[in-house]
Amino acid sequence: MDTKTLEPILAEHPFFKDLKPEYLSILVGCASNVRFEANEMIFQHGGPADKFYIIRHGEVAIEVHDPRRHVIRIQTLRDGDVFGWSWMFAGRSSHFDARALILTRAIAMDGECLRGKFNNDHSLGYEMMLRFTPVIIRRLEAASMQLLDIYK
Amino acid sequence: MTANPMLPEPFRIRKVQKESYDTFTLELEPLNRPDPFLFKAGQFNMLYVFGVGEVPISISGDPHHPETLIHTTRAVGTVTKAMRQLKTGDVMGIRGPYGTSWPVDRAEGYDVVIVAGGIGLAPLRPSLYHVLEHRDKYGKVVLLYGTRSPDDILFRKELERWRSRFDLEIYVTVDYANPGWRGNVGVVTNLIPKAPFDPLHTMAMICGPEVMMRFTAIELLKRGVEAPNIYLTMERNMKCGIGFCGHCQLGESFICKDGPVFALPEMQERLNQWEV
Repeated sequence: MDTKTLEPILAEHPFFKDLKPEYLSILVGCASNVRFEANEMIFQHGGPADKFYIIRHGEVAIEVHDPRRHVIRIQTLRDGDVFGWSWMFAGRSSHFDARALILTRAIAMDGECLRGKFNNDHSLGYEMMLRFTPVIIRRLEAASMQLLDIYK
Repeated sequence: MTANPMLPEPFRIRKVQKESYDTFTLELEPLNRPDPFLFKAGQFNMLYVFGVGEVPISISGDPHHPETLIHTTRAVGTVTKAMRQLKTGDVMGIRGPYGTSWPVDRAEGYDVVIVAGGIGLAPLRPSLYHVLEHRDKYGKVVLLYGTRSPDDILFRKELERWRSRFDLEIYVTVDYANPGWRGNVGVVTNLIPKAPFDPLHTMAMICGPEVMMRFTAIELLKRGVEAPNIYLTMERNMKCGIGFCGHCQLGESFICKDGPVFALPEMQERLNQWEV
């Protein structure tokens, strides 16, 4: 795959907004274009958590399997959203399932590759943490609200 | 309102509409009143189930059609559970309308963002009726509605009808769903960052559980909506409805008389206080 073509795509994505061009050049080496058909599983509970995804176009559901209630959908994500953050630490596995609901085009960022780049350049790692932490905080806040079951 | 504000007026139930497994709508018509029951969007009535008790319930009907009084509520307590047992033709007592209203006049010239959580869509529906009745006076109109699950969606047919309009943006989300649901899943606050409105020229109206309103206000402020342009409606244990008994006192305000609709700066501090 010609990864050079991904650099402008990354640059346009809100997650990488205003990121220094030299950082983008480094990160693009860990990026790959991916495409998922409707209903295709992107990752599954228990599987390796070695990537994070940036949705370009499409719709993705985050789901949990509960033996009593079958599949419970806990979040849907659309264009511009980011998902998968267990990659930050080596050897982690996914806690949820991710399924494409419609044809979805995304950029997959390889976790091992990224961790290597961050070890070599801590400033880049810090910059990426600054971008990831708000995503994590937002998800945790949302999860807390869901747990509270406030509409019951 | 009657000369004696503590005296309920008899209203006959014209129709009972089941909205979900625990939510229902009553359409009422006055027995004796010669005049229409005029009210403003956001106001509430005290509803009296004879022999059981009285509860404050927001009006969920259209202020431009005061000939029918409409209330939507959940069966959660003694009175509302008794209310759910009432049938067409039964009579109940009404006192009101009471309280402050949504800032539909102040919102003219602004984008209007209505954020509803769960049963909170009912008190906001009159404001939406008003805005749609006077559609030319407003900028973009956006309804963000979050509820527990697809089965809990209130006014589903009306939402579907409104979605077919070109001058109204509606986004519905549920906290969780089975895979059969094709819509959004996630909390209502997640809808705010991408919702199509100009934050600097937006009037926002919020109704839902207090936790939801608190987080919604935070998201709206983050988006750039000014605090005085954010309104919310508070709920407390109201008894008299006219600021006499003090049951609904919250800090220095009586929710029944000074509210239930408040601008955010009036309530922002209290939303974060414990045991108030």
